[in-house]
Amino acid sequence: MIAALAFYAFAAVLIGSAVMVVTSRNPVHSVLFLILAFFNAAGLFLLAGAEFLAMILVIVYVGAVAVLFLFVVMMLDIDFARLREGFQRYAPVGALIGLVLLVQLVMVMIGWSTAPGAMALRLNEAPADVANAEALGRILYTDYIYLFQGCGLILLVAMIGAIVLTLRDKPNSKRQNIAEQIARAGSVTNVAVPTGAGLKQLGIRRPPLPEEAAPKPIEHHHGHGGHH
Amino acid sequence: MGDITDMTIGLSHFLTVAAILFVLGIFGIFLNRKNVIVILMSVELILLSVNLNLVAFSAHLNDLAGQVFTMFILTVAAAEAAIGLAILVVYFRNRGSIEVEDISTLKG
Repeated sequence: MIAALAFYAFAAVLIGSAVMVVTSRNPVHSVLFLILAFFNAAGLFLLAGAEFLAMILVIVYVGAVAVLFLFVVMMLDIDFARLREGFQRYAPVGALIGLVLLVQLVMVMIGWSTAPGAMALRLNEAPADVANAEALGRILYTDYIYLFQGCGLILLVAMIGAIVLTLRDKPNSKRQNIAEQIARAGSVTNVAVPTGAGLKQLGIRRPPLPEEAAPKPIEHHHGHGGHH
Repeated sequence: MGDITDMTIGLSHFLTVAAILFVLGIFGIFLNRKNVIVILMSVELILLSVNLNLVAFSAHLNDLAGQVFTMFILTVAAAEAAIGLAILVVYFRNRGSIEVEDISTLKG
């Protein structure tokens, strides 16, 4: 009973916030409603028994992806009013296509039935005695290890791609050129020094020390107010 | 399951929510044809609805493979959002706007 009420609450807020994401006038509001939608989807995941995915959704989506969206929306100085010019014009087309799609999905949902052999074809039956996260970990690191590594590779490529795309070096910025510094001719000679022997005893050539500046003669000014 | 009158939540409830979410995502792409940021958010909504479907079937069949697939979809969606936003930032730097129709100038 409580689960059913929670389901309806989560579903209603999820759909309502999804509507607001799509129709909101201000993209910052869209992002904030997207965060709300993700929270409610996490609630639905919890009700379906996928606790680990619910936490992942909150951490990864709300914590990373939505904040990324927020950064970009706020960082770029975009004239959003101009972007909404065709809003009314495209709405009927979108509504028509959405309606057709919804009718198709409803027809699928009315007509579908579970295949009789579906239960026998399950890949990884959930064990009854362990928690969801542990059960997922058991199969993720064994049966799906290659896919898991592939996911890591995708994230690596995405990270490198995002950095390469957005990194720009300014032409007049001063920075150390290490290769040029090392290849500088004649400035440094390597000398094998025995352990424990000082530099001066071996007579290793060193650049002459600059002449020590003679200490300034202490002058006694009598005219400057006289601290004696 | 699937009977509306009794209060137990079954597979069909989740599938209905996911279908509505999917249609809303598609609708958002058409509605905000000029604003790439909202289009990316609509794509996120679509992927979320797919995830909801997978999790619902996973719970229905008591099969964890659906949840593993959901995790992979989450990964790909995160990577897609990061790359998409990076392209968007670069595009805005070059042109000073993010109108989708301007992107057709890239050809030829």
